[in-house]
Amino acid sequence: MVGISPIWGKDSLMMGAWDLSTDSRPFIEIKDLEYVYPLEGGEQIKALQGVNLAMERGEFVALIGPNGSGKSTLARHFNALLLPTSGTVRVDGLPTSDPRHLGAIRQKVGMVFQNPDNQIIATTLEEDVAFGPENLGIPPDEIRQRVEAALAAVDLLDYRLHPPQMLSGGQKQRAAIAGALAARSSCIVFDEPTSMLDPLGRRQVMDTIHQLNTAERLTILLITHSMSEATLAQRVLVMDAGRIVLDGSPAQVFSQVERLRGLGLDVPPVVEIAHRLRGWGMELPSSILTVEQMVEALC
Amino acid sequence: MNQLLPGLYVPGDSPVHRLDPRVKMGAVLLLMMAPFALRGFWGYFLLSAFVALISVVSRVPLLALLRALRNLFWIGFFMFFLYIFTTPGQPFVAWGGITATWEGLLAAGAQIYRLCLLVVMASLLTFTTSPVQLSHGLEALLAPLEGLRLPARELAMVLTIALRFVPTLFEEIEKIAKAQRARGVDFRSGGPLRRARSLVPVFVPIFVSAFRRANDLATAMDARGFRCSPHRTRMQQLKLGFQDLVATLVVLGVVLAAIGVEQLT
Amino acid sequence: MLIQVENLTHVYAPGTPFERVALRQVNLQIAAGEQVGILGPTGSGKSTLAQHLAGLLKPTAGHVLLDGVPVHSAPRDHRLQVGIAFQYPEDQIFEQTVFREVAFGPRNLGLDEAEVTARVRWALEMTGLNSEVMSQRMPFTLSGGEMRRVALASILALRPRVLILDEPTAGQDPQSRRRLLERILTWQEETGLTLIIISHTLEDLGHTLERLVVLKGGQVVADGPTRHTLSDSALLNAVGLDMPEPVKLLQTLRQKGRKVRTDLVSAAEAATEIAHVWGLPPPPGPSPRRGGEEGRGA
Repeated sequence: MVGISPIWGKDSLMMGAWDLSTDSRPFIEIKDLEYVYPLEGGEQIKALQGVNLAMERGEFVALIGPNGSGKSTLARHFNALLLPTSGTVRVDGLPTSDPRHLGAIRQKVGMVFQNPDNQIIATTLEEDVAFGPENLGIPPDEIRQRVEAALAAVDLLDYRLHPPQMLSGGQKQRAAIAGALAARSSCIVFDEPTSMLDPLGRRQVMDTIHQLNTAERLTILLITHSMSEATLAQRVLVMDAGRIVLDGSPAQVFSQVERLRGLGLDVPPVVEIAHRLRGWGMELPSSILTVEQMVEALC
Repeated sequence: MNQLLPGLYVPGDSPVHRLDPRVKMGAVLLLMMAPFALRGFWGYFLLSAFVALISVVSRVPLLALLRALRNLFWIGFFMFFLYIFTTPGQPFVAWGGITATWEGLLAAGAQIYRLCLLVVMASLLTFTTSPVQLSHGLEALLAPLEGLRLPARELAMVLTIALRFVPTLFEEIEKIAKAQRARGVDFRSGGPLRRARSLVPVFVPIFVSAFRRANDLATAMDARGFRCSPHRTRMQQLKLGFQDLVATLVVLGVVLAAIGVEQLT
Repeated sequence: MLIQVENLTHVYAPGTPFERVALRQVNLQIAAGEQVGILGPTGSGKSTLAQHLAGLLKPTAGHVLLDGVPVHSAPRDHRLQVGIAFQYPEDQIFEQTVFREVAFGPRNLGLDEAEVTARVRWALEMTGLNSEVMSQRMPFTLSGGEMRRVALASILALRPRVLILDEPTAGQDPQSRRRLLERILTWQEETGLTLIIISHTLEDLGHTLERLVVLKGGQVVADGPTRHTLSDSALLNAVGLDMPEPVKLLQTLRQKGRKVRTDLVSAAEAATEIAHVWGLPPPPGPSPRRGGEEGRGA
């Protein structure tokens, strides 16, 4: 049984990534994960402790938390860039600790990093997008097809021969996304992908992420400092000092205004406004997240 | 500004652009060795005429070639004086105990000309061959050496990444230089030692950022499965065509003719 | 008038296929001690303008005058009255100790060591770094936020009359952004310097600066008190700037007929405004409606 995309029909980009034989288990399973790394001078830092997490296929999860809470560290366990000190991490059933599965795991989980420049290695856009499939040993003709489809999916087909220095930050990040699509990753981890971008670039990247999640059922983990971005997810995880301390829908998590403030985190502006107005006696639904919802509640 | 830097690719669709990079690299290698086998006027003339012909056919802007030659100025300057003063023969100027000879003048001229020829040939290669193709060509040419434990693929990758970052590095240098100028650094005044020192606030940050960049890139490449499979493929395939055969024969012919012409005169 | 920009035009790479007009006939005047925000989308020419104000670029046409003297061709000491921090200023750090990095500018000015030391200490304190603890540390071992503060201190140490900051909060998380902007404003209060901040984010500039200049396509499309520009939703939308959510909310409420101000950028101010218009009992603290005193953001 193969999934059919509503937009691209039978030749959907994601065919082959929908191995529904393992659909019953969560795509990402993390049990009792602990990650410790040594510092000079014999000290040890517990970057992650007691982390338990299950992510289903097609989930869009936002990961927020103060600096040093372990968000990036956790994300790097998803594609075996880091291995657990204790506990297990399974990607589509494959344990990351087994080196035989490394290639498969890195194919299933793609990653987009914060600095748009420092992840592009080729001299033209299409060569860079081809990097992933080339590493997988895909036959050249198929690589070409995949690259074209991936560039079309992120709306960069016209820029295929452009060198990276002629691309904006937002375009570079979309190029990185295309790279993961060309490798047929079914999950993409984003480590603060928009923090070095201008507003237009941020919008482009978030729109692309949103579309890939809804149209292609791509599993997404988004690490971000922007609470507005986090509200686009279906589920928000809050980390503090190496642990996951909150886990729920955006409405559930952001309703805990005081708790988040205590961690040094913001809430989305609309949530803040609603919270203050409630404090001054106005009756408002507790699930308000967006401008539209607020306007409806007020008018 | 970056696109007109000497030695970098000038996109185009000339017959030279369309040649297989392996053929071009092999041809340039051969052509660059040729001047060392030549001594007389006619050999050089034939070779130079051929190089001029390729320049015209490849439609590379003359300005770009001249700019490449301009970089040779100091080397040429040094060589000039070296040769005119150290070659024995008939003096035409004497100054103190040092004499400059006519033979020296001729030798200097010949060496400088040879150098210019080499630079033009190398430039024609890099102007008509995109970085992607250069890296492919290099990888293909070095591939036989993989048996001798030479990491040809990795070397080709190093070349590609270096080429990709040249424009980025130039922009960064410009930005840092401006920032340091804004803090009072004057790049233009003082003697050579002072000027060299004034470059430290530019090159140290570039080095630091280069290391950070290398680290980030390595992580990104790992995340994209770079070392996971022994059978890496390439999207672009190099295919030899009829024009490559013709070009190879022409180059061989010209080189042999240049050497042959010498034997006859 | 301290800074005068007259018919400034700047063209990059003229006569080549990459020719680009970055600034077109820009006219601008900035008085000593002013706080000015320069706002605009990418490609509007903001960074180019900033570099002209610092005398780092030669105008293709027009003039940029500092105290009546063209900055670009002025002697170095005149030009260095304008300090400029580029985006990610920590990229320019090269010295082995924090002290030497911050002392770099003053030393280039030829000041004697006693003065240099005093300035380094002052500049570090101004950026919230403890000069005794920090002076001998290697800048590259510091956190990103600390490195940025060292870089800013190194520019403050020049004691410029004009300070230009190009996206000072780039890449930072929201709390760090707020703290840095507050700190920057204290520099202005304490030294009376003329402050120019370049940004593409209204959130950074909206409630911190008195005057806003908006650029688009290399031209000035608005120049006036921040509040006025913020109320002009048509202009902001036309320029294509990212609207902070509180502003979006207030604008939408206004479209629905509610008489709310639309020039409030922070959540706290917007909440207070809505509370007033909806007739809630007055909340404690300064109110946006009384005498134009705005409540400072959260």
